[in-house]
Amino acid sequence: MNRTLTKPLTDDLIRPLFQTSIWFYAIVFAAGTVVACGAAAWGYQIWFGIGSAGIRWPVFWGFYLVNFVFWIGISHAGTLISAILRLVNAGWRRPVTRCAEAITVFALMIGAMFPIIHLGRPWLAFWLFPYPSDREIWPNFRSPLAWDFFAINTYLTGSVLFLFLPMIPDFALIRDRSTGWRKTGYGWLSFGWRGTTRQWNRLESAMQIMAVAILPVAVSVHTIVSFDFSMAAVPMWHSTIFGPYFVAGAIFSGIAALIIAMAVLRKMLGLEQYLQPLHFENLGKLLLLMSILWAYFVFAERLTVWYGNEHHEMVVFWATQRGAFAPFYWTMVICNFVIPFVILANYKTRTIAGCVIASIGVLIGMWLERFLIIIPSLAHKQLPYSWGEYAPQPVELTIMAATFAGMILLYALFSKFVPIIAIWELKAGLPSRLDPAARAEAALLATRLDTEEFSPEASSTHGEHR
Amino acid sequence: MRAVYGLYDDPHVAQQAVENLRAAGVADTDITVISSEPFDHFEFGHRDATTAMPWVAVAAGVVGLGLSYYLLGAAQRSWPLVTSGMPIVPLWSNLIIIFEMTMLSAILATVVYLFVSAGLPSRGGKMYDPEVSDGYILVGVENPQDGARLEPALAIGSGRVKTIS
Repeated sequence: MNRTLTKPLTDDLIRPLFQTSIWFYAIVFAAGTVVACGAAAWGYQIWFGIGSAGIRWPVFWGFYLVNFVFWIGISHAGTLISAILRLVNAGWRRPVTRCAEAITVFALMIGAMFPIIHLGRPWLAFWLFPYPSDREIWPNFRSPLAWDFFAINTYLTGSVLFLFLPMIPDFALIRDRSTGWRKTGYGWLSFGWRGTTRQWNRLESAMQIMAVAILPVAVSVHTIVSFDFSMAAVPMWHSTIFGPYFVAGAIFSGIAALIIAMAVLRKMLGLEQYLQPLHFENLGKLLLLMSILWAYFVFAERLTVWYGNEHHEMVVFWATQRGAFAPFYWTMVICNFVIPFVILANYKTRTIAGCVIASIGVLIGMWLERFLIIIPSLAHKQLPYSWGEYAPQPVELTIMAATFAGMILLYALFSKFVPIIAIWELKAGLPSRLDPAARAEAALLATRLDTEEFSPEASSTHGEHR
Repeated sequence: MRAVYGLYDDPHVAQQAVENLRAAGVADTDITVISSEPFDHFEFGHRDATTAMPWVAVAAGVVGLGLSYYLLGAAQRSWPLVTSGMPIVPLWSNLIIIFEMTMLSAILATVVYLFVSAGLPSRGGKMYDPEVSDGYILVGVENPQDGARLEPALAIGSGRVKTIS
């Protein structure tokens, strides 16, 4: 009963690890090529200097910081969503969590690279680290950049562990079903996991505790990223709403990235049976909710600035509303609110395709939002003599394209070596596990006959379960 | 005999096997149940459920909080930087780093406690059957005093009894 239910499920989910389609090689080659171009562009920038990028006075934060904020936002897809759904014990989370947690880890790794790329002299990045140097000079712990270091590293460490721990039982499962180098490799990764009740209980306890711990960390990370801006006396940055506004935007873009990743995996790996329309519908509802929340934050922020009517803030305000940045601004509004609302508010269009279209719109819109927060404000500071322009250079565009390709590459490789759906979590959520009453009665009768001769008194307690 | 165990494809039969072993006089701590998924709705899935893990996490968080509070203050006093009129040891901005270190300590302690209490990493040599990964549930006893006596207790339903010598 148990075995016949779960064996096909296991076979389905580990099949992509043992069978490789031509598409996998094509994706790895294409994405790997773009990543290599990005690495070459970074090498070019290091060799010829940061002047090869478009960042110059007064816009010192260009595409690199736009992408930094964008990717850190995307990272909120996984651990945050997974932790919330785990704590509220949402049954539909089971096929979704690992896809989401993987996005978090990869997006954080990519996002954390940008400040280093932005440094121009990446070999001096260690100046940010709190280590006791010869001259006893410590980083300035009052700097939001030092806060970034601590917050991102805490979140990255927690997210990697949050992703890795539930993979251990699945690694053990693959270990038992493979031979050669796979058996050795997955044997190491599974740490000798057997699946005793003690191990299962400890793992589930650990996941609960980590879910509780990682939620405030996730919120703090994007709040601290927002502090990079709101702690500065730059027009339209010095705002108390930036913390929650950034967190809401991060969750918003994270859900969009998750929906796209799930749709691609569903198609490429033949997981239609496990990633069902219901999962997209639920995530679509969450996306709709975040879209409305995002619109609320934008309205609250814009109305406060407009009503305050401070001259230097209004310059930036009008530059984005009807000036040079207006096309980007209104595209952002259409992508982040109009498209998701029209598609997702109607249950007939809240299909997988509808959710994916809305999510693509949201990703474009949220990237534009990061762009519009950074560039117009830096280009229009308080004194007009310091106004300037920013034009991204090929180096920045190539590195940006490489990070998107890097995400695809990392995700493709991950889904090749790790079951993209947590097998044991999916099994534990099967209806037969959740509602055993009818089956228990039949099994009770069958096994009583077998055991009566051995121990009649034992049968009196047989089938006891909670 | 190093071990005797039964393999079951039905969790209800596995539950029965556990009951039979208890009835045969095997102590609860000597009964091993191994599966490829947790069985929260069965009594055998709740054995060894009590854990100090939450308290360990809280204690580690408190230690992380205290250490980061002390280290931040000590570092700031050792190289006093005046920034924007803030105190040399500003609690408001230090709270951010103190919070991160508190949570990081709790997370790391949880993981360490998980590995230690779950006996990971394990070198092997313990009772195990790869058929567990096919969905079977293993119920057995390691180093039984009288393994042959326990075989009938495990031979129930569609279960298959195996021994390791």
